[in-house]
Amino acid sequence: MIPAPFTYKRAWSVDEALDLAVQNGEEAKFLAGGHSLLPLMKLRLAVPEVLIDIGRLGELSYVRDDDSQILVGALTTYDELARSSLLAGELPLLAHAASRVGDPQIRHRGTIGGSLVHADPAADLPAVVLALDATLIARGPGGSREIGAGEFFRGLFETALQPGELLTEIRIPKPRPASEWSFQKFTKRAIDWAIVGVVVQGGRVALVNMGQTPVRASGVEEALAAGAGTRDAAAHAAEGTSPPTDINADGRYREHLARVLVARALEESAART
Amino acid sequence: MKVTVTVNGSQIEADVPDRTLLVHFLRDVANLTATNVGCDTTSCGACTVLLDGRSVKSCTVLAAQADGRDVVTVEGLADGSGAMHPVQRAFQAEHGLQCGFCTPGMVMAAVSLLDENPSPTEEEVRSALEGNLCRCTGYHNIVRAILSAAPAASERRSS
Amino acid sequence: MSILGTRVVRTEDPRLLTAGGTYVDDLRVPELTDAARVTFVRSPIGHARITGIDTTAAREAPGVVAVLTIQDMDDLVPPPPPEPGSEVIEGAPLPIGGLWSEPLLAVDRVRYVGEPVAMVLTNDSYQGEDAAELVSVDYEPLPAVIGIGTALETETLLFESTESNCCVASGEVTDDAIFDGCDAVIKQTIVNQRLAPMPMEGRAAAAVFSDGKLTYWVSTQNAQITRFILSGVLGLDPGAIRVIAPDVGGGFGAKVGADRDALLVAWAARKTGRPLRWVETRSENLVGMTHGRAQEQTVTMGGTSDGRILAYRLDVVQDTGAYPRMSGFLPFLTKLMAVGPYDIPNVQTASRVVVTNTTPISAYRGAGRPEATAAIERAIDLFAAEIGMDPAEVRRKNLIAPDKFPYTTPTGATYDSGDYATALDKVLAAAGYGELRAEQARRRERGDVVQLGLGLASYVEITAADAAAGETARLEVHDDGKATVYTGSSAHGQGHHTAWAMLVEADLGIPMADVTVIHGDTDLIPDGVGTYASRSLQLGGVAVHQAALDVKDQARRVAADMLEAAEDDLELNTENGSWQVRGDPATGRSWGDVATHAGEDGLVAFVRFAPGAPTFPFGTHLAVVEVDTETGKVQLTRHVTADDAGTVINPVLAEGQRHGGIAQGVAQALLEEFIYDADGNPLTGTLADYAAISAAELPSFELLQSETPTNINPLGAKGIGEAGTIGATPAVQNAVVDAVSHLGVTHIDMPTTPARVWAAVSAARESGEN
Repeated sequence: MIPAPFTYKRAWSVDEALDLAVQNGEEAKFLAGGHSLLPLMKLRLAVPEVLIDIGRLGELSYVRDDDSQILVGALTTYDELARSSLLAGELPLLAHAASRVGDPQIRHRGTIGGSLVHADPAADLPAVVLALDATLIARGPGGSREIGAGEFFRGLFETALQPGELLTEIRIPKPRPASEWSFQKFTKRAIDWAIVGVVVQGGRVALVNMGQTPVRASGVEEALAAGAGTRDAAAHAAEGTSPPTDINADGRYREHLARVLVARALEESAART
Repeated sequence: MKVTVTVNGSQIEADVPDRTLLVHFLRDVANLTATNVGCDTTSCGACTVLLDGRSVKSCTVLAAQADGRDVVTVEGLADGSGAMHPVQRAFQAEHGLQCGFCTPGMVMAAVSLLDENPSPTEEEVRSALEGNLCRCTGYHNIVRAILSAAPAASERRSS
Repeated sequence: MSILGTRVVRTEDPRLLTAGGTYVDDLRVPELTDAARVTFVRSPIGHARITGIDTTAAREAPGVVAVLTIQDMDDLVPPPPPEPGSEVIEGAPLPIGGLWSEPLLAVDRVRYVGEPVAMVLTNDSYQGEDAAELVSVDYEPLPAVIGIGTALETETLLFESTESNCCVASGEVTDDAIFDGCDAVIKQTIVNQRLAPMPMEGRAAAAVFSDGKLTYWVSTQNAQITRFILSGVLGLDPGAIRVIAPDVGGGFGAKVGADRDALLVAWAARKTGRPLRWVETRSENLVGMTHGRAQEQTVTMGGTSDGRILAYRLDVVQDTGAYPRMSGFLPFLTKLMAVGPYDIPNVQTASRVVVTNTTPISAYRGAGRPEATAAIERAIDLFAAEIGMDPAEVRRKNLIAPDKFPYTTPTGATYDSGDYATALDKVLAAAGYGELRAEQARRRERGDVVQLGLGLASYVEITAADAAAGETARLEVHDDGKATVYTGSSAHGQGHHTAWAMLVEADLGIPMADVTVIHGDTDLIPDGVGTYASRSLQLGGVAVHQAALDVKDQARRVAADMLEAAEDDLELNTENGSWQVRGDPATGRSWGDVATHAGEDGLVAFVRFAPGAPTFPFGTHLAVVEVDTETGKVQLTRHVTADDAGTVINPVLAEGQRHGGIAQGVAQALLEEFIYDADGNPLTGTLADYAAISAAELPSFELLQSETPTNINPLGAKGIGEAGTIGATPAVQNAVVDAVSHLGVTHIDMPTTPARVWAAVSAARESGEN
């Protein structure tokens, strides 16, 4: 119920956050909205000795139009994404997916950066940025670097970020048309993580909770590119995936759901154009 | 560390362990015990309060994260003359509470919902409450209460 | 116009809404100012011998006041040595004890994850969690016994001196002759799954022992029974114990009395001389508070091809968890109510109770009766499908007729009053059953992905099963004309303060606002029973009513003296609470005047109301579900009910109880299940995994009115608290099966999660294709 003792430090700038990370080494973790990290700490599944609170870095909270792409600050909350009129016009998939994460209280606090860095394969936004071919900007003591979404998610709760690196921005090429999207989140209850989720933007398809990371349904994408119809393309949905078995579903049922939900997502996406 | 939080309009300052959760700051430091702890996985919403005007689960916010910020709990909802907020009145009128344990969090979640969506549909109300569990009422009357409070809550906000 | 039967909002609410309730963790009484916090060290393993406990590191942790283990319990009288073959009273909700007895702190063995092994007392709760981690316990694992099948077959015994893991067995169901002459016979094994009651407030207690007296606050449904239990456990005279139930955040049967963890807090307070407070976390609650249900049932039903049921067999195995706290009581009630509202000539029932390495089982909203209704309602639908008759028709054909009451079932229950067919017809009409069946047919014809399912449950249930224990009320009218009611009932959300005040106003004309209701303090109410088994209105409320009538008689005598008139010439004007000579308001005297004139004796009445018999509310539920046949996902779109609990004192309160019961009943059918792995590790030990139902999964409910009074008590009231749960679960389960029955599915066990529904549909499709 209560985290193990830790030392709290607060950063007022990105540089300060990076310095604090260097000073405190491996025992320090960044705290954004806290809704991925604090639940783990309360169950004592994570026991960092130092928390660096980056929640006051207002400069990392934004949604900007950058001509051919949308720039999203890592500390933008799910709620801000859901309400963004810029996203509603240019990237409705992201706005909609953000509006479906957790409940209103969680959406008021949780951030896109926090979700991506936590890298839970059952989370929604990692699959969304993967489907959108986003580029993630990481800043470390040595400067900034760009990481493609396809390289960012390495494994279960594991990303390409190096120790001491801070995710600062997500750059998303504007999809054309923006309206050709679908988000299918299959849950037992409204509050639950997706048993399986499907993200579609045009001909790009990503899956939630079908492996240790979000995955692109490349079999489906190739079939679509080769001119296959929706149902035929969807039949490839589970190829190359390794869905988990847990109390909600076994691998076989997840594979079935992936095929059903990909078909529905493709149909819905097409119907919007 | 030293933390200063404005709670229901009053500044509360205290030196607390870094790991102090906001809900415990409210209950044990500010002595406002209406907000309850109902779970340990951010699931139940009994601890819901407003932080800078938005509903949050205070069990998953450090007091340190609320330092310098504004919190409103159910004890702070009455207006200057002590009259209940329209949501509180509606909960009584519609029998939206039984044992009362989830109620403070439920009321704050409702206040925040109506703030952001002044005329919600029943479906929108139910969806907005997916993070607030109640074992007693079956939610039927809670939903009725929120729907009936919407017009008056809207008026109170604009006045 | 009497206030009874009218809609009255609760007087409890303003305080709860503005300041919040005062639950155990909120108490700020002077006696607890210095209270230390209790944190339990619990077994992380399902079955093991304890080979060592090292508290050295824990005792040195910051803020630690004491660390207590079994070694410290030398101040308690040890339990009597086990007696082989101790008599088990199946029908009593009491622990078996003897060879199956349960310790307070674990002695040398743990039998379920969550079992308390040690206690850490610290200045604050944060330190408590830290220090508890430092207590080092050595466990030697034993094979875990999980599941009823394993419990019956395995050689591993939870209790070494017993012969098997079966602690109670009763009844025989081997005679198949009752099914001779049946055109159709169906048989099905059914799982009524384990649930966590999960009140929003978990278990909590605070204790102060000073000058030989124990003051004990506890989140309980009965303070007086708790005092009795404490007296036995601590060897203290009841007069030296004060138990107080503050506001209680829900109970649902799992807070009847006080369990071992809560009792340990009282013991530790005496042992250390320090005031203590214990408030469990939700994760502790999910494994430490008793669970509910957990039966495996085999039903066999036979009858004629035109729908008449001739024979029914119910064979129950109850998983009671690691310790048989309730003996055979739950399946006893299941067997008692086995036939439900049906007139079935031949009935056989049997039950066995087994222990497993899981959380002990106890009462949970319905306590044995939801299991009975779920079993027979499933059987009825299976039988209806077998003979090709609409399940509503089969029910109607077999319901006990209204002229048959009181009706004694073959299982020995005597139903007081009922009009079962009317309830069924009301629900069918309000739901538009014919139209729904037509819509279902259209969707089947089209082969829609989303199919419609209709599910019925007609039920009768037993409330105030322990009517003989009765309930108490003490009513006093004061010199200022106000009144105080001391009730033995113990509300934890039911609104008794409002309802009992309504009763006083109705009988005496004292306005509700002038009636104070007090409960849950053994110093003020030494004699009381408490709130569970849906007993409070029909026992506690009636006691208030009778006390009011007693006070009225006393007042009449006093008023006659005051007015120098004959008692027969006086009347009480209940509109304004005035005693007057009949027809002459000018002579009116207020309650205050009369009470003052009554002198030293005052106007006080004490009543214990203990009718000879329980009552039997009844009803019908209809659930409408939509099932996505490609994914298995179920959506409950409508839930229509008629729940008849006799006279309704306050429709607002009755509806609230029905709503809450329906939600928990639906939750069992669709979502909730407490699961262990084969080693006894809980897989649903937090609220992230235990699928408690939210508003987003439920529709608004359609409640129909029905009041068939009982003649068991003068108010004509039965109990409504558990009826919603009992009717809702089978209605929803039946609806889900109904939605996919055309695809060849005949049964789906609860909870009917998407995975289960899809598995059933796939299996039926595959076997249909072969």
